[in-house]
Amino acid sequence: MLEETEKATYTIPVGPIHPALKEPVRLALTIDGEEIVDVDVFVGQVHRGIEWLGMNRNNPVQTIYLAERVCGICNICHPLAFVMAVEHAAGITPPPRAEYIRTIAAEMERIHSHLLWAGVAAHEIGFDTIFYLAWRVREEIMDLIEYLTGNRVTKGVVQIGGVRRDVTEEQFPRIRKSLDYYKGLFDQLRKVFLDDRTIRMRTKHVGVLSKEDALKLLAVGPTARASGVTKDIRQDQPYAAYADLDVQAMTPDMLTGTVVGDTYDRIIVRLLEVKQSIAIIEQCLESMPPGPILAQPKMPVLLKTLANAEGEGIGRVEAPRGEVVHYVRLEAGRETLANWRIRAPTYVNLMCVPTMLKGGQIADVPIAFASIDPCQSCANRMVVTDRALGTRSIMDYEEMHRISVQRTEEL
Amino acid sequence: MELLSPTGVIDSFKAALSDSLLYARLYECEVAVKKNAFRTIWLHVERDAFREAVEHVCELQEYPHLAIISCSDLGQAVELTYHFTIYYGRRFAELSLGLRVDLPKTDLKVPTITDLIPGALFAEREIQEMIGVEVTGIPDSRRLFLPDDFPEGVYPWRTDETGPPADMLRVLPGRQQKQC
Repeated sequence: MLEETEKATYTIPVGPIHPALKEPVRLALTIDGEEIVDVDVFVGQVHRGIEWLGMNRNNPVQTIYLAERVCGICNICHPLAFVMAVEHAAGITPPPRAEYIRTIAAEMERIHSHLLWAGVAAHEIGFDTIFYLAWRVREEIMDLIEYLTGNRVTKGVVQIGGVRRDVTEEQFPRIRKSLDYYKGLFDQLRKVFLDDRTIRMRTKHVGVLSKEDALKLLAVGPTARASGVTKDIRQDQPYAAYADLDVQAMTPDMLTGTVVGDTYDRIIVRLLEVKQSIAIIEQCLESMPPGPILAQPKMPVLLKTLANAEGEGIGRVEAPRGEVVHYVRLEAGRETLANWRIRAPTYVNLMCVPTMLKGGQIADVPIAFASIDPCQSCANRMVVTDRALGTRSIMDYEEMHRISVQRTEEL
Repeated sequence: MELLSPTGVIDSFKAALSDSLLYARLYECEVAVKKNAFRTIWLHVERDAFREAVEHVCELQEYPHLAIISCSDLGQAVELTYHFTIYYGRRFAELSLGLRVDLPKTDLKVPTITDLIPGALFAEREIQEMIGVEVTGIPDSRRLFLPDDFPEGVYPWRTDETGPPADMLRVLPGRQQKQC
């Protein structure tokens, strides 16, 4: 009997385009009927050798702009982690005001990233009305980002030893207006995402990751916190203005009283974090210290200091998806970086994907996989095989999406 | 479990590893207005004591977080730095811990730590393909990022003859190739 069961499993390749996001990752799903027995993850389709590129730039300042292009969404977190690593290696302390501006920029990024994810997640289960709603309300924060930094995406505000743009007193009312808009919207978003019957049915007990697995497989960010791991760099090893503010890791039990570690819990964590981000920006505005925004405004002096610096440093930033870690080594007499290493949150969260998907159904793959908010440009596709028929079939994203939507309609 | 102070952590390593601990350094800096400390510990251990050091990290923290393994080609040797974090989940308590081990190029082998930290698998697969260090006992030794048709024996992060050959590198028009 056992042999027959084994013959009945089947591997379907899903990819080379990501089943949830339009990004290249390949998963090999071994399935038995509709149930997923095993999952294997293949990455590397978009490996750009960005670290190698960065070590071959003329100087660390030029590498900041490359770090910004590691990821289109986390374009504050990566350069911020990078400059923090350089600052630790070279012994540069940024002025306090710059730390507050960095915090504001990082939190604005978290709000926009979580809203973007909320839209994508709704789209994955075929709930396109919410997708449109989430992305429409996201525009407000994008406008604010543009207002403060001059750009919607790659902002170029972070500099070694501070920031390049100040946030002035005259800009505060405009920032508060956007924050008030989201505060007024929070109850509506909560109702739409947490009380809706369809969303509940599609996300509860889907893609469960237990606390122990989260710890063993090194999960980070909302993926870990939704499993009840109170891990948040902003709380544990605070950098920038988080060291002055009161930040607490958000876990789903704060709202529901229990931790399940499923996709629904990940929605809760992200919603709570949007609320938290608003509070953090408000605190920053209230207690922003005066002073300069750069430790060394003269670029040639800064470059000379960096060329003469010797040391190694690690920069850790809590990005919307989890912790971003950059390691930098500087050697005296060398203008370029001696070593640069990036660890993006998806790199470790991908390790959790097989555990999360096992025992689930094919139609749940898009939403469960999307729930870690994977970002392939940061970390770097899916295959499903049917042993019963002995054939290999490629299931593309549109087909996966169609099954997922069909499942919602059936419910 | 009682939390050790940063110097206490270093002392515990000295006690556990004795002469195998080549150096230990605590980096500390102040952050923002309230001047709270940001701390990183850097350790360098003999390769024979590497497993012991990782086991000691696991004693300090039940599930230590391994962020990444960074590597450098030092010419005669390859340096690996395992970046752990311990004491997470508590306000201001977390410590970054860089554990460095040097491997001579004549014997590029390092034991796996996936039995202690299962999540370290991706990082170990990456160092195998990128810098050519053999991870002994690794449960899954396939490539991670490099494509299947990438030539054997070429390691992108090496700067010696096993590094990427000149014909694999493309210099953008109008630019000159730099020495890395």
